[in-house]
Amino acid sequence: MNFLPYLVSAWLFLIGLYGVVTSRNLVHLCICVGVIQSSSYVLLLAIGYRIGRPAPIFIDIKPGTPAVDPVVQALILTDIVVEVTVMALLLALAVQIHKRNGTLDPNLLHAMKG
Amino acid sequence: MTRAARKILFLISALLLACVFWLGYSQMQPAGFVSGEYGDRVNQLVVPQRHITDAVTAVNFDIRGFDTLGEEFILFTSVMGVVLLMRWRKEPLRGDHEDKAEDRRVPPPSDAVRVTSVLLVPATVLFGVYMVTHGQLTPGGGFQGGVILATAPLLLYLAGTFGQFHEVAPLRMVAFAEAVGAATYIFIGGACLALGGTFLQNLLPLGQVGSLTSGGIVPLIDLGVGLEVSGGIVLALLAFLEELVEEKEE
Amino acid sequence: MTPLQIFILLFVAAGGTGVVLTRDPASQAIVVSFYGFLLSILFFVFQAPDVALSQIVVGAVALPLMILLALARVKKQQREHDKSR
Repeated sequence: MNFLPYLVSAWLFLIGLYGVVTSRNLVHLCICVGVIQSSSYVLLLAIGYRIGRPAPIFIDIKPGTPAVDPVVQALILTDIVVEVTVMALLLALAVQIHKRNGTLDPNLLHAMKG
Repeated sequence: MTRAARKILFLISALLLACVFWLGYSQMQPAGFVSGEYGDRVNQLVVPQRHITDAVTAVNFDIRGFDTLGEEFILFTSVMGVVLLMRWRKEPLRGDHEDKAEDRRVPPPSDAVRVTSVLLVPATVLFGVYMVTHGQLTPGGGFQGGVILATAPLLLYLAGTFGQFHEVAPLRMVAFAEAVGAATYIFIGGACLALGGTFLQNLLPLGQVGSLTSGGIVPLIDLGVGLEVSGGIVLALLAFLEELVEEKEE
Repeated sequence: MTPLQIFILLFVAAGGTGVVLTRDPASQAIVVSFYGFLLSILFFVFQAPDVALSQIVVGAVALPLMILLALARVKKQQREHDKSR
C-alpha cells in the first residue's frame, strides 16, 4: 500500500501519453501534456513525504521538530506556475497551426514541406 | 499508418514502459519512508540560521535562489513566446475597442456578475498582496501571490467592458511591470555581488523571526517575483484577447 | 498511509483518466478545473500547503481560462476560413 503513489504517478503518465498518441484535436493534446506533468508532481510529492510528520512551516510548531521534506515542495511549486505559461505557449502554437491549415486535427495536417 | 496500428504500437511500448517503471520502483524505498538527509538538515537550520519560518520559501528564494531565477525566466520567455505568436495586429490595442462575436450580439454582463466582482476585486487584491508579502512567514510567496493578483483584472474584464479592463491594465504598463519584476531579481543578486559576497547571498540584516522584514533579501525577491508573475499572466491574457475585440464604430 | 490519502490518490487517478477520455476541448476545460481541485486536495493531505495554494490558483483559474480563450480564437478563425473559401 505504500507504493500506491508511485503506481498512481505511473498510471497518470501512461494515460496522458495515450491521450497524446490518440488525440484528434490539438487543444485536447495540450491538456493531456498537462496530465503528464501532474504525474511528475505526484511522484515528487511521494518522495518528499514522511509518515506522521507535519508540514515544514515553523510559525506555530517549535522550530526543529522533524517535518516533511521542503526541498521537493519548492521544486513542485515553481513547476506548477511555469506549467501554465508553457501550456499558454503550446496553445498559442495550436492556434497558429489552425490559422495556417484550417484544421485542428493532427491526422489531417500535412508533413513539413522542405 | 492506420489508427488501429498506431494504438497497438502504443500499447506495446506502454507495456515496456510500465516494466521499466516497475523495475525502477522496486528499487526505491516505500513512500513515506524515503530517507532524505538534505531536507532534514534544511528543516533544522532554516529558523536559527536564516530567521525564516516557511522552509519552502527559504529553499526557493534563499538556499536555492539561483534555481528559482532560472524558473522565473522560463516563465518570462514563454510569455514572450505567446506574445510573439499571437500579436499580428498592426496598430496597438487601445481602450476604445470592444468585444465582438460574429454570430450573436455580445450580452452585457448580468447584475449578479457585476455585484459579485465589485465585492471580490478588493478582496482578491488584498489577499494577493498579503500572500506576496508574507511569503517568508506562512505558506505563500511570490509565485502564488502573483497568480492571485493576476486574477483581479480578469474579474474586471468579466464584469465590465474591454475598455474598463484596458484602463486598469494597459498593455505598456503591464509589460513594463513584468520587466521590472524580472530585473529586480537580477539586480538584487548583482547588488549582493557588488557588496562583496556571492551572487544572491543573503547579505541584508536578517531581522527578528516572525516579523515582516525577516529573512534578509527574501521579502524583496518576493515582491519582484510577484510583480513579474502577475504581469506575465495578464500579458498572456491580453495577447489572447487581441483578435477578439474590434474598433468601436463611431 | 491513512485511508483518506489512499482514497484521494485513487480519485486523482480516476480524474486523470476522465480528463484524457473527454474528447471535446470545451468540456475538457471544466474537467481539468475539477482535476486541478482534486490535485490540490491531494497536496494538502500530503502536508504540502504551499504547493496546494499554487495548484488551486493555477489549475482552477488560470489554466481553464487559457484553454477557453484559445478555443474562442480558433472558432473565430474557423469562421473567417469558411468565409474565404
